[in-house]
Amino acid sequence: MRKLICAVLTGLLIAGCSSTPKTDAGAAVEERGPGSDAKPVETPSVAPVTPGELEGTGIAALKDPKSILSKRSVFFDFDSFVIKDEFKPLIEAHAKFLVSNPKMKMLIQGNTDERGSREYNLALGQKRAEAVKRNLTLLGAKDEQIESVSLGEEKPKNAGHDEAAWAENRRGDMLYAGEY
Amino acid sequence: MPLSRYLFVIALLCAAFAARAQLTIEITGAGANRIPIAIAAFDGEGSLPQGVTPVVRADLERSGLFKLVDTGGALGESAAVNFADWKGKGADALVVGSVAAVTGGRYEVRFRLYDTVKSAALGGVAFVFAPSQSRATGHRIADFVYEKLLGEKGVFSTRIAYVVKSGGRFELQIADADGMNAQTALASREPIISPSWSPDGTKLAYVSFEAKKPIVYVHSLASGQRQVVANFKGSNSAPAWSPDGRRLAVVLTKDGASQMYTANADGSGVTRLAQSSGIDTEPFFSPDGRYIYFTSDRGGSPQIYRIGASGGSAERMTFEGSYNVTPRISPDGKTLAYVARNNGRFQLTTMDLATKQTQILTDSNKDESPSFAPNSRMILYASESGGRGVLAAVSSDGRLKQKLSVQAGDVREPAWGPFLK
Repeated sequence: MRKLICAVLTGLLIAGCSSTPKTDAGAAVEERGPGSDAKPVETPSVAPVTPGELEGTGIAALKDPKSILSKRSVFFDFDSFVIKDEFKPLIEAHAKFLVSNPKMKMLIQGNTDERGSREYNLALGQKRAEAVKRNLTLLGAKDEQIESVSLGEEKPKNAGHDEAAWAENRRGDMLYAGEY
Repeated sequence: MPLSRYLFVIALLCAAFAARAQLTIEITGAGANRIPIAIAAFDGEGSLPQGVTPVVRADLERSGLFKLVDTGGALGESAAVNFADWKGKGADALVVGSVAAVTGGRYEVRFRLYDTVKSAALGGVAFVFAPSQSRATGHRIADFVYEKLLGEKGVFSTRIAYVVKSGGRFELQIADADGMNAQTALASREPIISPSWSPDGTKLAYVSFEAKKPIVYVHSLASGQRQVVANFKGSNSAPAWSPDGRRLAVVLTKDGASQMYTANADGSGVTRLAQSSGIDTEPFFSPDGRYIYFTSDRGGSPQIYRIGASGGSAERMTFEGSYNVTPRISPDGKTLAYVARNNGRFQLTTMDLATKQTQILTDSNKDESPSFAPNSRMILYASESGGRGVLAAVSSDGRLKQKLSVQAGDVREPAWGPFLK
């Protein structure tokens, strides 16, 4: 059941993801008032299942590029797990969101650059994920809402081998149920 | 397309994939004193689909400890040996043997090893084998010769585990120590790291990210049965077996940062091993089972420590440099291998545990995950060559170097299995 919800939710999120609005050039749209002889176009209805996790306020903001909530990544300095000031507003926004949506669950994935031991990097990524989680819980999010895990250096966002790539990979990602 | 033709194409594709996935070994360097040895083709060997002596020769030569002397024709197991002749050809040792078909489609090989300098027979063995086991039989013979002439066990019959990343696909593979006969134990779209052999060689513990987070599994190789042994909230990683195979050390984050725990081999009875405010990871049992070596940043930078296998106070082992990680103890208990960062380069390093003398064994930039051969002579590790992940092996004295690579993809996370039981 949980899987199904995830699948449905993923589908919804992907659907909501496409950023370019579709325009059918040339298709004439005619509006008619009630009582006209035009036959209504009927599509078989689909009753959506609303997963429990998504009951809450401001869900749409998670995918709204204009909302800070659509941003999910916190970037770190080399060998550091200190959250820089520039990411504090982002964490505050997500903490507020978690507080007003107590059923919402979050997975934080910590990541590192490719240098050094894989297992040590896994531990370092965990520290980064944990730092994000600690900041969220200090701001009122519940411990049970958040799981912090590490992907270490195993899932680089940028496959390059220079400082620019490494900086992009030293990262904590905040993902909501259905997004991972 | 007719079915036979279709099957033929499939077979070709499979063969092509196998060739691309095949580990190839390149040797760069040799031991100081190589024993000159002549291995005559075995009498009757031609009746086998695949010869035995080419495997024996390749094994011994690859070890860097033997120099092959040309032999000419085949020599049977009971052939009369003229020691002076062979000494004259420069061979200090000679192997002769015979292969004959026995019942059930199987073959029997008998061979003898001679010391031509002392004009003495050093013994021989007979093996019965199916033709598909020709290579395995060659490895057994090479192990016999190696042990008789060098006084330590050979590792030609052992297996290695490693991870191949090709495109977005990860495969945990098991191959013979010469890189042949690779088999896939797990294929996944998500990363696989830290394979660790059970001491009896029947199981592998590893970390798989297939559930979108690191979870520790124990996989029985013969049956393909797999068990989750650590899946707590947070990350689960770095499995290491106790020498008796009854306990596992793992790293969990269920209580905060990465900390070490021990558990039974089935994941029950989880007990915290140590407490630190930072990272403790990469546990590794000493072969006598008394200590667990590990990496910790408790002193401000990642360094290697050891602690009693049931806890106690930790003792720091490394002091030079600001990044020393991934401790592995040689099976003879004498050497600590680890990865040290020197001027931004990550290099395989050893420490003699008696004298605390350290030695950098490589001149590479990105060494990872050292793993000792069960006879302690070679260290297998992951490195990088031409922008690709390769496996490399270096003798504990740094003299002999080998590179193992696959044609398409990155190879990493090597683990050398135990002696064949």
